[in-house]
Amino acid sequence: MGETSWVDLFWTTVAALITLAIFSFLYKDNPAFKFVERLWVGITTGYWTMLLYHTSFTDKVVTPIFRQGQWWYIIPSILGILMWFRLSKKYGFLARYSLAFYIGISTGVFIPLTIKASILYQLHGSIRAIEPTWSGLMFVVAFLCMICSLSYFFFSKEHKGLLGVTSRIGIFTLMIGFGTGFGLTVMGRVALLGHRVSFLHDWVQQVVGTVF
Amino acid sequence: MPWYDRVLSIDRRWVYLILGLAVVVPVIVEMHIPVTLSREVQAVYDFVSEVRDGELMLLAIDYDPSTMAELHPMAEAIIRQVFEQNGHLLLSSLSQFGPAMTDELITRIAADYGKVHGEDFVFLGYKPYPAITILAMGSDFRVPFPNDYYGNIVDELPMMAGVHNFGDVRGVVALAGGTAADFWIIYGNAKFGVPVALGVTGVMASDYYPYLQAGQLFGLIPGIKGAAEYEQIADRPGEGVRGIPYQTTSHAVILCLIIVTNIAFFAKRAATRRHSQAISSL
Repeated sequence: MGETSWVDLFWTTVAALITLAIFSFLYKDNPAFKFVERLWVGITTGYWTMLLYHTSFTDKVVTPIFRQGQWWYIIPSILGILMWFRLSKKYGFLARYSLAFYIGISTGVFIPLTIKASILYQLHGSIRAIEPTWSGLMFVVAFLCMICSLSYFFFSKEHKGLLGVTSRIGIFTLMIGFGTGFGLTVMGRVALLGHRVSFLHDWVQQVVGTVF
Repeated sequence: MPWYDRVLSIDRRWVYLILGLAVVVPVIVEMHIPVTLSREVQAVYDFVSEVRDGELMLLAIDYDPSTMAELHPMAEAIIRQVFEQNGHLLLSSLSQFGPAMTDELITRIAADYGKVHGEDFVFLGYKPYPAITILAMGSDFRVPFPNDYYGNIVDELPMMAGVHNFGDVRGVVALAGGTAADFWIIYGNAKFGVPVALGVTGVMASDYYPYLQAGQLFGLIPGIKGAAEYEQIADRPGEGVRGIPYQTTSHAVILCLIIVTNIAFFAKRAATRRHSQAISSL
C-alpha cells in the first residue's frame, strides 16, 4: 500500500466513525453524537458563508464595481446594505425600502409564472381528448378520482346521496395518494440508511484489505 | 401483560434493530432483484440517447449530500451515457452544497472517458437563489456564470462558442433534492419553454407526477428505484441497482410491522370493548 492509500484510509475511517457516532443517537443521546452534530453545523456554516462570499459578494459586488467599473452595481449593493438597518431600532425603517423592492420584483415575476405553470398548464393537462387506449382509460379514472376528491372538500351540502358516494370515493383516492407518498418517503429514508450502510461495509472491506 | 399491549409498547430501538438488519444483510449478502421499468424513466433515457456527437444538454445537479444516496446514481449514469455517446454536457449546481460533489463526480468520470473540461463538458458552478439564476440563464448563461467553477472565463471555453441560453441546449435534466425542481418547471419550462425532466428523491416524487401527466415534464426519475431503472435500461448496474435488495427487504419488514401492530391495535380495542360490556352487564 502506498502513502496515498493510507491517507485515504485515514479519512475514510474518520468519516466512518462520524457515521457511527450519528447512528449512536438511535440508542440514546450521547457526547459522541453531540460532538459530531456540532461539528457538522460548524463545517456547513463555514462552508456556506465562504461560498456565498465568493459567489455573491465577490462576483456581484467586488468584481463589477471595483475591477470592471460597472458603477451601477452600487445601487443593488446599497439596497443590500439597507437590509442590515433592520437591526437598528432608530433606522430600521430603511430596511423596508429594500424589502419593498425585493418583494415587488419577486411577486411580479413569480405570481404570473406560478399561475401559468401550476394552474393553467395543469388545467390544460386535465382537459384533453380521451384516447381508446389503456392510457386513455387511466386518464378517465384519474379524472373521475380527481372530481371525487374535490367533492370531498365541498362542505356547502351534506355528504348524502350522490355527493356522499363521490366524497367516499374521494376519501379512498386521497388515502391511496397518502399511501403512495408514505411508501415513497420510506423508500427515500431507507435509501439514506442503505447508502451509509454500504459505505460502512466498503470501509470494513478497505480496512481488512489494507491492514491484513 | 396481554400480548397486544406488549406489541404496542415495544421499545422503538427494537424496531431500529430489525430495520437495520433488514438493510445490513442484503448489503453483505449480494442479492439480485429485477426492477420493472416505467415509461417516465425510459423517456429520460431516450432523451439522453439523442445527446450524441457534439449535441449539448444541461444537467443540473441541484442536490446536496443529504440526498446523494438517491440522486448521485442518476447523475453518474447520465454523465457516463452522454460521454459514451460523445455528447457535450453543461453542468450547473443550484444547491449550496452541490458544487464540490459535482466537481468530484465529473472529474472522476471525465478521467474514465478522457473527456476535457471546456471541450467536452463545462461545469458552470454554483449561484445562490435558484429562481433568479434560472431566469438569468434563460437570457444568457454568462449572466449568472461569467466564470465557470474553476475560474475560467466562460467566453474563452471552446464548447461554449455559440452557446448562450436554453435555446442552444436540447433540454434540461434537473436532479433536484429540494425546491429547485419547482423552479425548473416554473421558470425553465413555463417561462422559456425548454424541455425539462426531473430526477427527484422518493419523498418528492408524488408531487411531480401531475406535472408529468400535464406534459410539463417529459420524464421523471423517482428516487432510488428510478435510478435503478435507469441503470438497468443503460445496462450499467451501479448504486441504484445495489439499493433495490435492501429496499425490498426493508419495505417487507415495515409492512410486517404495520400489519402486526394493526392486529394488536384491533385486538386491544376488541378486548377493551369486551371488558366494558362485561362491566356494564354487572
